[in-house]
Amino acid sequence: MSEARREERTRENRRTLAKLSVVAVAMFGFAFAMVPFYEKLCQALGVNNFITPDTAYVNTQVDLTRSVTIELDANTHDLAWRFRPMVRHLTVHPGELAQVEYEIANVRETPVTAQAVPSYGPQRAGQYFRKLECFCFTQQTLAGGETRRMPVVFLIDPALPGDVNTITLSYTFFEVPGAKGKS
Amino acid sequence: MSAVLDDHGHAHDHHGGYGGIMRWITTTNHKDIGTLYLWFSFVMFMVGGVMALVIRAELFEPGLQFVNPDFFNQMTTMHGLIMVFGAIMPAFVGFANWQIPMMIGAPDMAFARLNNWSFWILPFAASLLVLSFFMPGGAPGVGWTMYAPLTVQMGMGMDLTIFAVHLLGMSSIMGSINILTTILNMRAPGMTLMRMPMFVWTWLITAYLLVATMPVLAGAVTMTLADRHFGTSFFNAAGGGDPVLYQHIFWFFGHPEVYIIALPAFGVVSQVIPAFSRKPLFGYASMVSATTGIAILSFIVWAHHMYTVGMPVTGQLFFMYATALIAVPTGVKVFNWVATMWKGSLSFETPMLFAIGFLFLFTMGGFSGLVLSLAAVDIQLHDTYYVVAHFHYVMVAGALFAAFAGVYFWLPKWIGRMYDETLGQWHFWLTMIFFNVTFFVQHFAGLAGMPRRIPDYPLMFETWNKISSIGAFGFGLSQLLFLYIVLKAIRSGERAPQRPWEGADSIDWTMLPTPAPYHTFETPPLIK
Repeated sequence: MSEARREERTRENRRTLAKLSVVAVAMFGFAFAMVPFYEKLCQALGVNNFITPDTAYVNTQVDLTRSVTIELDANTHDLAWRFRPMVRHLTVHPGELAQVEYEIANVRETPVTAQAVPSYGPQRAGQYFRKLECFCFTQQTLAGGETRRMPVVFLIDPALPGDVNTITLSYTFFEVPGAKGKS
Repeated sequence: MSAVLDDHGHAHDHHGGYGGIMRWITTTNHKDIGTLYLWFSFVMFMVGGVMALVIRAELFEPGLQFVNPDFFNQMTTMHGLIMVFGAIMPAFVGFANWQIPMMIGAPDMAFARLNNWSFWILPFAASLLVLSFFMPGGAPGVGWTMYAPLTVQMGMGMDLTIFAVHLLGMSSIMGSINILTTILNMRAPGMTLMRMPMFVWTWLITAYLLVATMPVLAGAVTMTLADRHFGTSFFNAAGGGDPVLYQHIFWFFGHPEVYIIALPAFGVVSQVIPAFSRKPLFGYASMVSATTGIAILSFIVWAHHMYTVGMPVTGQLFFMYATALIAVPTGVKVFNWVATMWKGSLSFETPMLFAIGFLFLFTMGGFSGLVLSLAAVDIQLHDTYYVVAHFHYVMVAGALFAAFAGVYFWLPKWIGRMYDETLGQWHFWLTMIFFNVTFFVQHFAGLAGMPRRIPDYPLMFETWNKISSIGAFGFGLSQLLFLYIVLKAIRSGERAPQRPWEGADSIDWTMLPTPAPYHTFETPPLIK
């Protein structure tokens, strides 16, 4: 093979290498691009909508013919906080605006930041449980020994399937790793 | 293996001035590097195999006998990681290194020094994986899929594993860029794309898959690392992250990965079956398009691994139909292989036996995959032994059988000596029988509801597990016979004739002497 041909091939190879490296780097970026894409997709499809506020209906019909029992449950995960609801359960009509309160207390002497994540029993009731205001929408930072009361304002969508008479709303507080009380 | 070449006296002055171990560390020769990949892969196959035997020994009887549940989880995790990234993938990269330049008439790989780096990263990655066992808390016991949030909670072993995955990814990306450039730019005059041997075609497509998906895996484990140490919350529910997101990112890599393993195996089988049928490959063009079709479809089916995460029904339906669609190009390939054998002048040497074994068992694995693709059925079978049986039918009977076929087929070309045919056939039949003893019963255990990744199980699964464990030990021991056959061929095999398989007609057989000299095609051949 002639010297000129050899050099040309080396140049060609370098070009291919550069192009393919760009693809590889772009795909590394793609993995990270999936994060906001996934969030947007979940929002658009209305799934995984746990810690963003729901919009209230302008015309909410209160369905006085039905009552739903709401049971409140509070947990912490690897976190030195006391966390409890002020009432254990209440009864609401679908469409009726209700407010409940929770209390958190930091038993450590250092500030801690944590995030509450809700879950629902039965699971399918989650999509009918509309939270207008909730401490779970933001991370909570408690100073050492601080106690705080926080409200949840919610209503139950009247479209709730007729066989659901009891909904358990369960919150778990997780420490936000790395935040170490500064948020 | 190439040590044998030294006997012929034409290689000494080409080793760059180094002898002994430095020759192997500094080599940029595609044949040396191919040999290194293959031996590395065999060592990893043995390590991963011992882990499999620990798993099967524990599962021989219900109750806990040998290991504690924690260690058991570490075994299943490491067995998966080592077999996928340490054994199967390097084995096919080894074949690619040896064969692609010889099959397209190129003097070497496009980037010879990069090739050296791609290989020598691997031993370090493997050492990191093994070192993780000695960290506080041991190796990660999270499963080879490394699902969050468990990975966020593991000890230091997890960090080592993450770095190992980074290194393995870098090695694969560099290797596949090299293979792509070689195939695209280095073909001999007259070697058009549509004249390339099928093995080269499958690697061309596999290399594209690797460049597109390995960085995504690197991204996923980087996010895990950031969640563990840098206070981010990609997968951490506490900070607004979502563990299900990890599964999406992982399987976006993970499903193409399945074909990264399977396509080169298809390529090997597409060389072996025509050679021993003494007929050209049936439907070459349709083989090429089927391979491409499989590769494209593999990007839009990932969520069939996650039917149980609570996806909307529309999502499940989309992934179910897309998955079932892959059966079409795969079916084209299977029918083409059968049609190649149809009215051929067949002979059944060891490579052909393994290729036919592949064809039988891979098709069965494909069918159990079709069963699992149905969302409604999968919800029952998810994470049961049925899934374990399915992917061992495609990974072991698919990829590993093809790798054995490839070694027996090309060994004469590489070392200039024949393997012992009788022992080769023994190896095939032992492997074939024990494989089925091990894995066929796992279908039944799975259908009856036995979950995967558990060290203990209810009494009702005992018989199946006993049979499976006996099969596994038989299978493992049979592989020592393979090592013996290869060593015996290298040390004292009969001299191979110029064309040991008269039906093999790619240019590595027709234009090159046997054994292949250390440097081949320094002047490009003219392909007519």
